Amino acid sequence: MSSPNPRALPSKIVRDDEGALVTAAKGGDLAAFEELVNRYERRIFRLAMNITQNREDAEDAMQDAFLKSYQHLDNFQGDSRFYTWLVRIAVNEALMRLRRRRPNVTSLDEPIQSGDDALPPEIKDWGPTPEQRYANTELNSILSSAISELDPAYRTVFLLRDTEQLSTEETAKMLGISTAAVKSRLLRARLKLRQKLSHFLERSTNA
Amino acid sequence: MNCRGLIVELGDYLDGELGPTVLAELELHLQRCEDCRIVVDTTRKTIEIFCRAEPIPLPEDVHRRLHQALFQRLGRTP
Repeated sequence: MSSPNPRALPSKIVRDDEGALVTAAKGGDLAAFEELVNRYERRIFRLAMNITQNREDAEDAMQDAFLKSYQHLDNFQGDSRFYTWLVRIAVNEALMRLRRRRPNVTSLDEPIQSGDDALPPEIKDWGPTPEQRYANTELNSILSSAISELDPAYRTVFLLRDTEQLSTEETAKMLGISTAAVKSRLLRARLKLRQKLSHFLERSTNA
Repeated sequence: MNCRGLIVELGDYLDGELGPTVLAELELHLQRCEDCRIVVDTTRKTIEIFCRAEPIPLPEDVHRRLHQALFQRLGRTP
């Protein structure tokens, strides 16, 4: 760990025992909490970056999410994974910053004109898996770029529903929109992302 | 069901939320339409790729600022 004051974990805590880490952190053990931070900081930062599309906001959202998670650990009942609980805090922090910085973009609370549902314009099958084609850093770059090109109203729904696997109802509640709007935006986001990834993943005609 | 109908139902299909009647109609269409099979398959893969991608390590400066901020605010003396 490269924290300001790294400290060895108490030996009785097994590193992969999340429940024990949470219990220790609840008791004020900052080393145990730091282990939880180390475990999830990458995912939380990526999520915050994907939502806010702003590095400063993503950093602030991540810091506040971890801080609030520690301060409110007593509210964590342990009936879900710690990460699942943490994600909800991080999503709220990131959405707050997105709304603050970009009040003039399509409001997350406003319905979107649905337009016609239509088949994607080009339909070609995909070749080898992305992991076979791209290194992890490159793949992350492709995925982040595809997400960043989506309207915030679409990308937030996709991130909450598909990557963080919140329910339709919970996503609707967090974004202040109807469940029908969640479903409609999710489908559009999925199809748009499919189209963007197709550029990188279509089976090569030269193969 | 035609191609347009499949797109309308695609979200619920991928989420396993279609009723049996519509599901049967959709699967019948899929048997007959290669374009729609590709759309369903690649849309499903799109979701899987985003879910499966391992995040890259935090930039060192971001990691350092996070831990400094947390432990200053939580009261641990550096």
